[in-house]
Amino acid sequence: MLTSFEDLWTHVADNYIVIVSIILFGIGFTMLLFSRNLLKKVVGLNIMDTGVYLLLVSMGYIDGRHAPIIANGITDAANYINPIPSGLVLTGIVVSVSVTAIMLSLIVRLYEKYHSLNLDEIYELRNKEENT
Amino acid sequence: MKKTFWQKLSAWHKGDYDFTLKTTDHVDPQIIHEYTGKEHTIQALSRKERAFSGALYNVLCVLFCLILIGVLLGAVVSLPPHGNAENPAVNEVMDRYVEEGMQETGAVNTVAGMILDYRAFDTLGESFVLFTAVCAVTILMKNTKRTAPDGTPLPMVVAPGIVDYSKDNIVKTVSRFLIPFIFVFGVYVLLNGHLSPGGGFSGGAILGSALILFSMVYGEDRAAAIFSERLIKTVVLVSLSFYAIAKSYSFFTGANHLHSIISQGIPGRILSAGLILPLNVAVGFVVCCTMYSFYMYFRRGRIQ
Repeated sequence: MLTSFEDLWTHVADNYIVIVSIILFGIGFTMLLFSRNLLKKVVGLNIMDTGVYLLLVSMGYIDGRHAPIIANGITDAANYINPIPSGLVLTGIVVSVSVTAIMLSLIVRLYEKYHSLNLDEIYELRNKEENT
Repeated sequence: MKKTFWQKLSAWHKGDYDFTLKTTDHVDPQIIHEYTGKEHTIQALSRKERAFSGALYNVLCVLFCLILIGVLLGAVVSLPPHGNAENPAVNEVMDRYVEEGMQETGAVNTVAGMILDYRAFDTLGESFVLFTAVCAVTILMKNTKRTAPDGTPLPMVVAPGIVDYSKDNIVKTVSRFLIPFIFVFGVYVLLNGHLSPGGGFSGGAILGSALILFSMVYGEDRAAAIFSERLIKTVVLVSLSFYAIAKSYSFFTGANHLHSIISQGIPGRILSAGLILPLNVAVGFVVCCTMYSFYMYFRRGRIQ
């Protein structure tokens, strides 16, 4: 286990991909909450997705091994990295493309109705519409 | 009548007060009573209240995000070392896929063999997710009104003339040379998915980007004349049904199906890995048509 500060530091330095993916996730999440512009919210969600994919793919990597494409007839599993996270990320990318397309088309409809991309303005206009 | 923030909060907790019903404009209480049948509790937000709630939201946002990032970064300490072969993610499932995958699925590329044979129904579901997304975008974008109720035309989503690459000589000349190469590369990635990196999804995305470039440079009318709505519908439906039929044989033959028929993949030979190649092509067509129809719906509001 991690006993000294040096151990902790080397552990964190080894896991730098995880830290980068967490920072990407944080940037996307902050953008999703902070921005009032609907398009920027969609961009933030996509940055969040990128962080998650980076984390998943890096979990399948094993030092010094090759991509999981059988080469030169070697079928020993000790020669290749883990193929399962790659397949999972493929699924995730497809879902995120579909979700992005549907969100963008909903935003187009909202813009055609309210002529605004600002969430606060849309709420106000909708409240006004309901109250009158 | 004037309440402090905490009194409002406790009233909201009891259910007597609704934050969301507040508007920034003055509303006639009589009108609200007529429409909702409730006694009016709606008050206009004062400028101060509005600024305060906005600032409170921003501060809470930043605090929440910082705490979340801090907790996640703290969790890194208890992760296993990165890239270690002893990690819990590296288990017997991976050994089985890599060592027996070439015998059982015929694919040299283990990822392709995994997603198109061991987990083929998962990939079928993914293709249907794309299909459903196209259906949803069609429903949402097709019936968009281009005019207001009083007849005045609304501003278009992408105003014509702002992004017009067909009038740009550099883009047009470069694209004329580039589009065939992108097509050939897409077909290569698609057909070699079981032998090398790539496969249906990446190859389909490359083909779709070639189609999008074509319709950008040569004009949407010309692209719509070649890739008509009918053609796209036919290609997507035939690909999806082919996939579903080709993979549903295990319902009839049981779990241990057709091992001997599927030939083993040989590096460098495209026609070698049984069903993986046609399934890759089917997925590639679905992805390609999906990307192209997304672009056309957002650019034009219709495919035709």
